[in-house]
Amino acid sequence: MSKSAQRASSVDRPESFQLKGGLFPMNLLELKSADLESIQQELAEKVAQSPAFFQRSPLVFGFEQLAEPEQNQLDLAELCSICRNLTLLPTAIRGGNARLQGEAIRLQLAVLPKGRSKNSETSEATAPTAEPEQTPVATSPTRIITTPIRSGQQIYARGGDLIVMAAVSAGAEVLADGNIHIYGALRGRALAGVQGDENARIFCTSQEAELVAIAGQFMVDEVLRTNHWKESVQIYLAGGRIQISPLPKQN
Amino acid sequence: MAKIIVVTSGKGGVGKTTTSSAICTGLALRGHKTAVIDFDIGLRNLDLIMNCERRVVYDFVNVINEEATLKQALIKDKRCENLFILPASQTRDKDALTKEGVERVLNELKDMGFEYIICDSPAGIEHGAFMALYFADEAIVVANPEVSSVRDSDRILGILQSKSRKAEQGERVIEHLLITRYDPHRVARGEMLGVADVEEILATKLLGVIPECQSVLKASNQGVPVIHDTESKAGKAYADAVARLLGEQVEHRFLNPEHKSFFQRLFRRTA
Repeated sequence: MSKSAQRASSVDRPESFQLKGGLFPMNLLELKSADLESIQQELAEKVAQSPAFFQRSPLVFGFEQLAEPEQNQLDLAELCSICRNLTLLPTAIRGGNARLQGEAIRLQLAVLPKGRSKNSETSEATAPTAEPEQTPVATSPTRIITTPIRSGQQIYARGGDLIVMAAVSAGAEVLADGNIHIYGALRGRALAGVQGDENARIFCTSQEAELVAIAGQFMVDEVLRTNHWKESVQIYLAGGRIQISPLPKQN
Repeated sequence: MAKIIVVTSGKGGVGKTTTSSAICTGLALRGHKTAVIDFDIGLRNLDLIMNCERRVVYDFVNVINEEATLKQALIKDKRCENLFILPASQTRDKDALTKEGVERVLNELKDMGFEYIICDSPAGIEHGAFMALYFADEAIVVANPEVSSVRDSDRILGILQSKSRKAEQGERVIEHLLITRYDPHRVARGEMLGVADVEEILATKLLGVIPECQSVLKASNQGVPVIHDTESKAGKAYADAVARLLGEQVEHRFLNPEHKSFFQRLFRRTA
């Protein structure tokens, strides 16, 4: 292995840890009032319904449904201690005004950006035998693009696959929740399975990429250049690592 | 129906103004009433290249701000019957350009009977360049056969197809690729990107290849658009490009290294 490749791989693969993107289901507690007494009472009842499910589960506090004056009344530290007494683990807050964000930082909770607004009725967590509540990802039909993806453009095929019938220029980015098929040269970046689908694959007729990633695992230019460069390939995850293998040749 | 053609590139110094002046002159010489507008507010140079810098009284910004009429600002070219130049302001800045103002001027030019309106874009992807390409029907993207120029041209092509008026209406701006400063000898030696390489990366129809030519500097110093120099390679190549723009099928010239004949080599050795 050449010197530069060795250097690259030691930076890419530190000895003591592996850093990658991850998506984890967590319970979201959308607060509708700042009244800690009633929160405590109602939360205790909910936990009592299925204690095993709630035991030591990470929790995110949401403030989309809480008006500004109530947000200022809320004692976040007290809320955290109520939850911990019920074996819930406050991990982060989502949204919330500047005061709450400051409180969260002080209490060493993560501050997540606001999510998209959903119907409050549908997002109530139903505990018993069900899995932790996850937003159902609506599967959209495959998105097909026929013109080249130019430098500086970014295309995201949400909830499905992406097919590009032209080249993806250097400096362009294509993302998909599913697979990415490029009937042309991939000179930019391609990220498949961005919501965590490890079975997603990337296909292209000429691999000249700046970066490829599947479900958070990525491979950069220096390594890509030694790996079927400019060939017709499929890129997938195997054993947690990106693999590139040539597509069967046409005769 | 008037056609608005923007000459743009992203990268600076690749030959936009040289191309604008050559193309507008070429169209006018072929009998089409043509206007060319300098969109480089603050760094104007179209007037220098067209040799009318001493006749600039009112400029594009004056017309947009209704401080002067279009008739007062337009400068008639001394060499070409059908050619008119609208110079940029040297003292204002790009914020003086507004969508409404630019649209009004373009519509007024159309009403005056102009068949072609060439918009000479400034370099970059900021406000000035954006205003130049926003109303375009067609675009001539100028690129040097050099990696950073090609990358920037790719970017501007992306912007043309996503942020122009035509893109907002669900239509496409017709794209043409013009490669300038092409040196076939360097391409043969592997030092320079070839036409095929650039075409592959940009995936845009080739309008023409203008060879690297000393006549371009001479033309710019003299204020005579290079297309008037019918002996020079660049002049000939631009004339071919204008013909292709008008829909004619013309073979590409000056793509291959010249091979000196026996006598040429003989004279060189004895010289």
